[in-house]
Amino acid sequence: MSEAILRAERLTKRFGGLTAVNEVSLELHVGQVHAVIGPNGAGKSTLTNLISGELRPSGGAIHFRDETQFIHDLAGLKSDRIARLGIGRSYQKTNIFLPFSVFENCRLAAQSRQPRAWRIFRGADGYADVNAIAERSLQAAGLGARSGMTAAALSHGEQRQLEIAMCLATQPRVLLLDEPLAGMGSQESQRIIELIRQLTPAHAIMLIEHDMDAVFAVAHRLTVMVNGEVIESGAPAEIRASLKVQQAYLGDAHGGTDD
Amino acid sequence: MNPKRAWTRPVVLLACVLMLAMFPLVSETFYIQLLTKVMIMAIFAMSLDLLVGYTGLVSLGHAAFYGLAGYVLARVSPQYDPASLWTTLPLALGACAVFALLTGLLVLRTSGVYFIMVTLAFAQMLFFVFHDTPIGGGSDGIYIYAKPEVKMGGISLLNLEDRKVFFWLVLGLMAAVYLFLKRVLNSNFGRALIGIKTNEHRLQALGFPTFRYKLASYMLSGTLAGLAGYLAAAQFGFVNPEIVGWHTSGGVLMMVILGGMGSLHGAVLGAFAFILLQEALSNQAWFGPFAKHWQLAMGLFIVVVALLLPRGLLGVPSLFAGKLKREPGVE
Repeated sequence: MSEAILRAERLTKRFGGLTAVNEVSLELHVGQVHAVIGPNGAGKSTLTNLISGELRPSGGAIHFRDETQFIHDLAGLKSDRIARLGIGRSYQKTNIFLPFSVFENCRLAAQSRQPRAWRIFRGADGYADVNAIAERSLQAAGLGARSGMTAAALSHGEQRQLEIAMCLATQPRVLLLDEPLAGMGSQESQRIIELIRQLTPAHAIMLIEHDMDAVFAVAHRLTVMVNGEVIESGAPAEIRASLKVQQAYLGDAHGGTDD
Repeated sequence: MNPKRAWTRPVVLLACVLMLAMFPLVSETFYIQLLTKVMIMAIFAMSLDLLVGYTGLVSLGHAAFYGLAGYVLARVSPQYDPASLWTTLPLALGACAVFALLTGLLVLRTSGVYFIMVTLAFAQMLFFVFHDTPIGGGSDGIYIYAKPEVKMGGISLLNLEDRKVFFWLVLGLMAAVYLFLKRVLNSNFGRALIGIKTNEHRLQALGFPTFRYKLASYMLSGTLAGLAGYLAAAQFGFVNPEIVGWHTSGGVLMMVILGGMGSLHGAVLGAFAFILLQEALSNQAWFGPFAKHWQLAMGLFIVVVALLLPRGLLGVPSLFAGKLKREPGVE
């Protein structure tokens, strides 16, 4: 197996007396989908926020290996710095620029990777490469035909797709997908699952998802969290067979709702 | 944007500028000076709109830059002779940029109500510096006896003592600031600012160092406010602490809101409406004894606009057309 591109070690987050994430360790590899599952309130979103830099860890370390094999310690870095290193995320609650056009949402995301922020006289729409990335990302997420619409006018499911398109437009190597299928129709879900499959060879993906069929369809590795702690981690077959997981979680997994 | 609108707007704006340019040829001194003041305030309002309407930072201390530039001109002008515009203007603008950098590093760490408070606090600090220390000449302020001169190789290019020439200079600068900001706002930088206003958290998560963008916006905004303050000090021939006071900050914020936040011509419209209305309502020939209480009528007008026109005066046409216009801030 290749070296991990991202390795979280004993990651901990405490909010006052509550320990939301307790000594969680996991590895992400390029070419693999690592699914993190668990009941509501297990700390999955908090884990995502710790890796993406939106929350500061109370303890533990996050190491990221960039293209030059240099290892960065992400703990304590700001979210924009982490994003520019090549770690993209999508949000469980849709988090987009509602008044902007669908295209502008993606164009802005693609712009974030271009070292031209301070060219203040050239029109932002004039960069063919940025436009092409934005267009490609929209196509990939199935929104090619919605390009000119205002994001606020999209259906809930389409906004979820835009969320993923924006993440892609930043051209990350690590994708942190926080419940990408929540609120999507079955057709869109199929499309996104297919998209995740296509992205897998060139990306390291962390997938948080309640839809177990989707998880077992794409995941190479699973980590099961309950109350902020990892109770089991392994290949899909091992997780399916684990008594601990069945007792703690899988038994009533399909009854779970969004947290 | 539909193709019809694509050409109407530049044509309408050009017509407005041409009409304004003709104004000094047919009008009396009083009105030339009044409109000069209005256009200076329009530059001031556009500078603030960059911050409030496009970056989403509501400042109640923008007079700090306006006043600072005026005081710099007053301090570096010789007692009775004109100062050179070539040295005093860059000095005044530079002072504003530096002041914006230093205060911006602090105020931009706050947001919302706290941002309002801290910008106000810095402006009030400057007020007391000019009011209570020898730097600013106390509450009487400082007189500037001669307008700055614009010379090149010993030849005077513009005689700013001529009210018409000064009017045209201010008109030219107002148009230049408008076009400049238009370009900037359509660049990568400008789009990022509008992104900050819309959803700063998401923009940062996409990889934008939002603090740096806000600081740059704050500095640009402060420097342009300095341009307005410099022109105002040159026009009136004196500075006093009131130009740094919170009344001045509040007034320009009112203009921006009145005209329609997040739109440059809204800011210009707001400045025109605010000052001309103030002038009209306080006209004794028109309103007799009520003219003394013009602020009452002004307040009422602002309340009505705020209630009926969430997009400011710019929303008037759509009120009649009954059509939903484009979202503010996305041009």
